[in-house]
Amino acid sequence: MEMNQVTTSIKMRRKRNGQINIKSGNKIDLVVKSTIWILSLLTILAFFFFNYSGLQLERAIPETWHNLRVMFLEPALNHFSWQEAAYQIGVTLGLGILATVFGAIIAFFLALMAAENLSKPWISKTVRIFVAFVRAVPTVLWVLIFAIAAGLGSEAAVLGMLFHSVAYLVKAFSEAFEEVDAGILEALRASGSKWWHVIVHGILPSTFTYLLSWTFLRFEINFSVAVAMGAAAGAGGIGFELFMASGFYFDLREVGFITYAILLIAIILEIMSTRLKNRYFPGQVTS
Amino acid sequence: MDEQKMRKGKWQATIFLLLIILMTYFASSITQFNLLESITTIPQAIGWMVANLFITSEAITKLPGIVEKLTETIFMSIAATTLAAVLSIALALLGSKTTKVNNFFSVLARFIASFSRNIPVVAWSLILLISFGQNSVTGFLALFVGTLGFLTRAFIETIDEASSSSVEALSATGATYFHIVNNAVIPQSLPQMLSWILFMIETNIRSATLVGILTGTGIGYMFDIYYKNLNYDVVALITLSIVIAVIIIELLSNKIRKVIL
Repeated sequence: MEMNQVTTSIKMRRKRNGQINIKSGNKIDLVVKSTIWILSLLTILAFFFFNYSGLQLERAIPETWHNLRVMFLEPALNHFSWQEAAYQIGVTLGLGILATVFGAIIAFFLALMAAENLSKPWISKTVRIFVAFVRAVPTVLWVLIFAIAAGLGSEAAVLGMLFHSVAYLVKAFSEAFEEVDAGILEALRASGSKWWHVIVHGILPSTFTYLLSWTFLRFEINFSVAVAMGAAAGAGGIGFELFMASGFYFDLREVGFITYAILLIAIILEIMSTRLKNRYFPGQVTS
Repeated sequence: MDEQKMRKGKWQATIFLLLIILMTYFASSITQFNLLESITTIPQAIGWMVANLFITSEAITKLPGIVEKLTETIFMSIAATTLAAVLSIALALLGSKTTKVNNFFSVLARFIASFSRNIPVVAWSLILLISFGQNSVTGFLALFVGTLGFLTRAFIETIDEASSSSVEALSATGATYFHIVNNAVIPQSLPQMLSWILFMIETNIRSATLVGILTGTGIGYMFDIYYKNLNYDVVALITLSIVIAVIIIELLSNKIRKVIL
């Protein structure tokens, strides 16, 4: 316990790469302060850039209040049945599972290429740049672009979501691989192991649980992404029903029911991932 | 003994893999997903992208409009994130173990955070769209609510991590609650908090596109219009401009993060 506290207090004075932070406090202070000032200024400016067409604030606020009350206090199903709702949630979960499982498999191999201790510098750089580009395009644009080529349906949705899952997991996985003890790799290599031998016997056993918990964290994100894809790209599932209920039928009670259903699943997933986090990487905030 | 352990581990891994395969199988049957078909569509899709998604001079003429919408979207994400951060600090102070006023407010703050975070931003935008209509305020509010939940959770963990010993020290000297918060908690966790805010701005610019498609605002709406008109060269230009904006903002915030952390 005592030991632990000492190490954490030392860690705090170190930078990410392990160097001791010897910068004077003033520079950090200055950057922090100026960033805050710039952000506040941009926030004030933002309100001049907004497009206010059709906004009636004095009407909208009480109306939202009323709508929220109807939604959350009188949820009901009018256009489809309980079974149908359960099925649609299943579809959304299914999209999330498929994108996560295939994403994790592809990310595993790409991460092997991206990890600096397992691959050549130029390969790792190329993969990283590719992944950064993929990540910069919003998921919904990937899905819509695939939808033209593959036709709208689960294929386009899964492929589009896959892109982002891969980009996210490659980063997490390759960081985990880079933390593997260099001694293990060296010992394996010295004994004449081939590259894949090193992976199977050195890398996999020591990072397996880590990779699994990252994958699960991504699944939690992919569930809400799947809801979004249903609504914005017509990929089906509960998100599409939500979109129909609010934009097509204007049925607030149904919107309320669907929101509760999504909330329930999301909270279950969150509890599971918090447990995983506390077990496998305590004291670390991950998103 | 070790061998037994290893064998047990192997068993567990096998069962686990089987479970995943089973789950994937169910998932693909419920969503009618066909792996082979989707693999064959990838080259087809890339071919389509190469053939159709290139930027013509005609698309370039739309650039001023695109830039205007893009700035609107960027400003929307920054404003939503910053204002949500201000409220999140208050909620996090109430919710954190080291600085909570009492248990009731702590639970309340955590509940608000969990509620606003776990309802996807899509649901918020659709809910707000009904009464606020198609304008930037709807998008702003949708991003605001989602950010609030996320930042509150991140800030609670930051405060818990950074300041328990200094809070104890200050309260031992008889400092008041506001003294403690002002002089110990905020200064210590500010760099970490700022890093989260920057991260959230990056994320929000990407989700602003999605919110824009749903609420008819900003760059997302513009994308949607040209997409539905099959005007793919403008679609390509819009996508490219989003990518450039996101990458610039990521590089900027990485630079700031490197200095402050």
